[in-house]
Amino acid sequence: MEKQINFICNDNAISGKMNPAITVLDYLRTVKKLTGTKEGCREGDCGACTVLLGSLVGNKVKYKSVNSCLLPLNSVNGKHLVSIEGLNIEKLSFIQEQLVDEGGTQCGFCTPGFVVSLVNYFLNHNNYNLHEAVTSLDGNICRCTGYAGIKRAIENTISFLGNNSAKDNIEFLINKNILPKYFLEIPKLLKRLNAQLETKSKKSKTSKFLVSGGTDIYVQQRDTIHSSNIEFVAENRSEKTIWKSGDKIYLSGNLTVEEFRESKLIHQYLPSLKNHLLLFGSLPIRNRATIAGNIVNASPIADITNILLVLNSDVHLHYEKKKRTIPLIKFYKGYKQLNKTRNELITAVSFSIPKSKSLFNFEKISRRTFLDIASVNSSISIKTSANVIEDVHISAGGVSPVPLYLRSTRKFLLNKKISLENIKHAVKIALAEISPISDARGSSEYKSLLLRQLFYSHFIKLYPQNFKHEEFL
Amino acid sequence: MRSYDSVQHAKGESKFVDDIPIPEGTLFASVYYSPIAHGKIKKLNFSQALKAEGVISIISASDIPGENQIGGIILDEELFAKEGVHYVGQPIALVVAENKFTAINAVKEIEAQFEKLPTIFDPREAFEKGELIIPPKIFSLGNVNAEWHNCDYIIEGSVISGSQEHLYLETQGSLAFPVEGGGIKIISSTQGPTAVQKIASRVLNLPMNKIEVDVSRLGGGFGGKEDQATAWAVMAALAAVKLNRPVKIILQRQDDMRMTGKRHPYSSDYKIGLNKEGKILAYEVNYYQNAGASADLSTAILERTLFHSTNSYFIPNVKATAYCCRTNLPPFTAFRGFGGPQAMFVIESAIHKAAEVMNVEPTYIQTKNLLKDGDEFPFGQINKNSRAEKCFDEAVKRFEFEKKEKEVKKFNEANILVKKGIAAMPVCFGISFTSTFLNQASSLVHVYTDGSVRISTAAVEMGQGVNVKIVSIATRTLSINPDRIKIDTTNTSRIANTSPTAASKGADLNGFATRDACNLILERLKKLAAQILNAKDISQIELMDEIVYLNKVKTDLDWIKLINTAYMKRISLSAHAHHATPNIYFDRENMKGDAFAYHVFGTAIVEATVDCLVGTCSVDSVKVVHDFGKSLHPVTDKGQAEGGIVQGIGWMTLEEIIYDNEGKLLTDALSTYKVPDIQFAPAIIDVHFLEDVPNPYGPFQSKAIGEPPFMYGIGAFFAICNAMKAFRPHKSIQYNSPLTHEKVLLWLHSEK
Repeated sequence: MEKQINFICNDNAISGKMNPAITVLDYLRTVKKLTGTKEGCREGDCGACTVLLGSLVGNKVKYKSVNSCLLPLNSVNGKHLVSIEGLNIEKLSFIQEQLVDEGGTQCGFCTPGFVVSLVNYFLNHNNYNLHEAVTSLDGNICRCTGYAGIKRAIENTISFLGNNSAKDNIEFLINKNILPKYFLEIPKLLKRLNAQLETKSKKSKTSKFLVSGGTDIYVQQRDTIHSSNIEFVAENRSEKTIWKSGDKIYLSGNLTVEEFRESKLIHQYLPSLKNHLLLFGSLPIRNRATIAGNIVNASPIADITNILLVLNSDVHLHYEKKKRTIPLIKFYKGYKQLNKTRNELITAVSFSIPKSKSLFNFEKISRRTFLDIASVNSSISIKTSANVIEDVHISAGGVSPVPLYLRSTRKFLLNKKISLENIKHAVKIALAEISPISDARGSSEYKSLLLRQLFYSHFIKLYPQNFKHEEFL
Repeated sequence: MRSYDSVQHAKGESKFVDDIPIPEGTLFASVYYSPIAHGKIKKLNFSQALKAEGVISIISASDIPGENQIGGIILDEELFAKEGVHYVGQPIALVVAENKFTAINAVKEIEAQFEKLPTIFDPREAFEKGELIIPPKIFSLGNVNAEWHNCDYIIEGSVISGSQEHLYLETQGSLAFPVEGGGIKIISSTQGPTAVQKIASRVLNLPMNKIEVDVSRLGGGFGGKEDQATAWAVMAALAAVKLNRPVKIILQRQDDMRMTGKRHPYSSDYKIGLNKEGKILAYEVNYYQNAGASADLSTAILERTLFHSTNSYFIPNVKATAYCCRTNLPPFTAFRGFGGPQAMFVIESAIHKAAEVMNVEPTYIQTKNLLKDGDEFPFGQINKNSRAEKCFDEAVKRFEFEKKEKEVKKFNEANILVKKGIAAMPVCFGISFTSTFLNQASSLVHVYTDGSVRISTAAVEMGQGVNVKIVSIATRTLSINPDRIKIDTTNTSRIANTSPTAASKGADLNGFATRDACNLILERLKKLAAQILNAKDISQIELMDEIVYLNKVKTDLDWIKLINTAYMKRISLSAHAHHATPNIYFDRENMKGDAFAYHVFGTAIVEATVDCLVGTCSVDSVKVVHDFGKSLHPVTDKGQAEGGIVQGIGWMTLEEIIYDNEGKLLTDALSTYKVPDIQFAPAIIDVHFLEDVPNPYGPFQSKAIGEPPFMYGIGAFFAICNAMKAFRPHKSIQYNSPLTHEKVLLWLHSEK
């Protein structure tokens, strides 16, 4: 099962036959004895294991923060892997110094992860602000400080850096004592490395299963996955990952959620998604989780699926020479049961470009607002003319064994006026379509009530002029 | 002064148990635990698990050479269940293998059969069935029964407070290895090295002097590693002794959450009586503490609940009764506040309910009853150096409470679906272990011939900053540069008979001991300097910033020269000192005594916003005036306050422990058990240090800080309730925490 893997780990080039399925966390800690990267939860929920993964894009290296506990070693092939040790400068970097002096570290177990995430923020932005920097720490948990000292450290770092007008972020951050100098050499080293790489992994007939971003399968099978025979599909990327063709938008199956969120094409047609998708996982998770992964995982509360359902999406499947396309609403047969054979790969998802008058909204409520799984989520896509509903699609997650598309509710609403009476009636129909269960994310009673409220919220947000708030009480 | 630990943390260079390079031949272990909540073990079959390649051994109760007993206060807890199991997650056996995943996967191959027995999960049900771990404890002052008829208002109610997972980022872990002569060395992530040593001695049937326990640091403790780090350390030691090889146990997060105890859930009933002016005349309260399946520290925690039953208020007639109820859940344990938060939540709920009935603001009642000097606590101690009123008044003034209250009202009139709320939360917390004997510590100070200093104490560093505080005390006592000082690991061979680092007392006890040890060395050095400089009396000698002064005049004699001369003259450069807190006692017969060296006071003003359409809420600001004394290290103290506040808000509003009907933990991962993240934490946390109020009972006039700020978080509950009431003014609040999004939405929109 071993595979040739070549990469740069901090300032060392590494090359050899390795098990591609083990996590980068285990590789760093047990093979390289780099113990600054910590294991806090092994499910991408604490961020103590955050590392940077740098890929060559043109002449530059683009860095992303990722959870090393969910990252197969396979993914570092041809990349620059940076752990906390690779960010250390002789004394303290400016960020580290601020964390120390502002009380941004107490027990210290989470601190390396915070440092890595913060460096990631400064690497990927030019105009710094506290709010964005804080948002980019959505994947890091600290149990000691209450985050106040961490926020002060960020504020101080931002005012120290000013706005970065330099052409090269890396050079700028090296000059500002935030990055070590060796980062300047990395593009050259990666180029050399990439020239030697086999670009596509060979398909093995004995492959047990396909792994894309791995952010869920590495949680579900954390004790055994290192000995599995996996075909990794996240790295098999074509040039096009998100594109327009005719009146449709296509997303490649291994497009990451963060790429989807950041896509200019998506901003053009679904401008609110950029904010909505901040409710999906955390930045390190979004940097790995893929569109196809979210769909095949078949979780009833899958956020991306919830959204794609109301965009009336099609799923494009491929195995050997067979290709087929099915509507997403027909993809789920039951709890975690898919209209897909074991070896079929979702190569792309497509949906019609939203028409200019159509409106979209996404709602998600969870125990904690960020980095949490929904108690209930719901999307709506709606088009009205003269206050009459011409077309509507509504989804509801967390209230049935599958990501639910509310068929009867749609049927009722079509050609109806946007009125309080109709919406209240539609809610009744929606509540008859769902079958929530009580679990760690809430009682069934709560989930039903919550769906009603989210339904109201869709209309209050999309048609503010039509309703008075008190009408919904 | 920079904390050296913090510098290492920021670089990822600090070594936690799992980071320490392992000795050659180290084995890895994973625990097999009970899948049922109560029953008899009918059959245990290890054969399939033993077949797995790399599995070395499976260790269970029958392998124990000494006693199968790890109880601390009460001997009621087995290391490995032998005949019966009492909760889901109770350890039964330990699989030891060549590597971690082999051990983890082999655990799944163990076959067992159980005969199920009836279960109890609710403390009131346990109480009704007589399942009490100890007889009820009662604190009383005055006579409540004689007072009720004097009250204009008598209000009764029930309060529930939920559990809380510590979620130290570093899970429980230990590395044990045999040493020559039949001894064992245990590296453990524990707040109580001596507890590990003592229990290992009992289980292994070895004298304590053959067991060395070493602790470099903890990746968070919060009480969760006071008693409950012991089992894993002792298991590793047992396996190491049996197999004569090093053995490491690092709990997987899910195993840690399932097996270890958490904050005690309480269910309580109160009756409070007030006069028209808002003065509380009488307070009667019954606490039903859910202790879990064995005592652990529950009895001590129960007692602290009683100590803090009246929080920051003077109530002349009090009867507080506490029941320690045995249930089929993992033994609940110490957690920041140690029973105090549960008590304070009840009295504050009673006050808020009374305010609702009397149609006054809660602050009207709070301010009328704050403790003054000379007031008697229900346990007989007289309040001294009180800062209760000072902190409350200062908070109200500094943070413009009345103006904010008006702004909230105005906002709520203008908004229908979004409401704001505000609340004040005073805190008074007693400092000392209430078991008087634990209030002792020692310190060992070595000065080396290059002038560097190494200090060992009983204190365990877990992020609370005890190391930097001890450096600060030693620096000030010896008047040398802090860079010369290194704090050693906490080690039972260097410092014996340690009290756990708990009760917010680490810096106080070990700081005093360090001051005394440094003074012993300083006296010798001064005597020597007097000789060298021909001074008649050592009072003429002073050491300042590493220079010796004679009659306030600088001399050529500096720290290095002095140290070298002392060594050449065969003067000891090491000292050990022991400190015991003076003048404290508690008489458990009568439940009276001066249990605390002093109290810590403060008041928080908390503001919150509720989205009444979807039931989400956020705590917008927490502004605090806190009585720090003269802070030894302001960065550390501020951080402790801020961190405590957010953890407290988490307990009150976010973190929910849920068991299913069979006693199985449903919230057993970070994906289901949510703790505050950076965006949940209040945007504004303003901690104001109360100035000019030094503490005569703390080292260099400082005050303990670890636990008290946690309880400011309770204010978040009431601020949210305040906002909810603005949406439905005529509905009664249910005092049932945590106040999750679910509870908020159901309260706002259902008729129940």
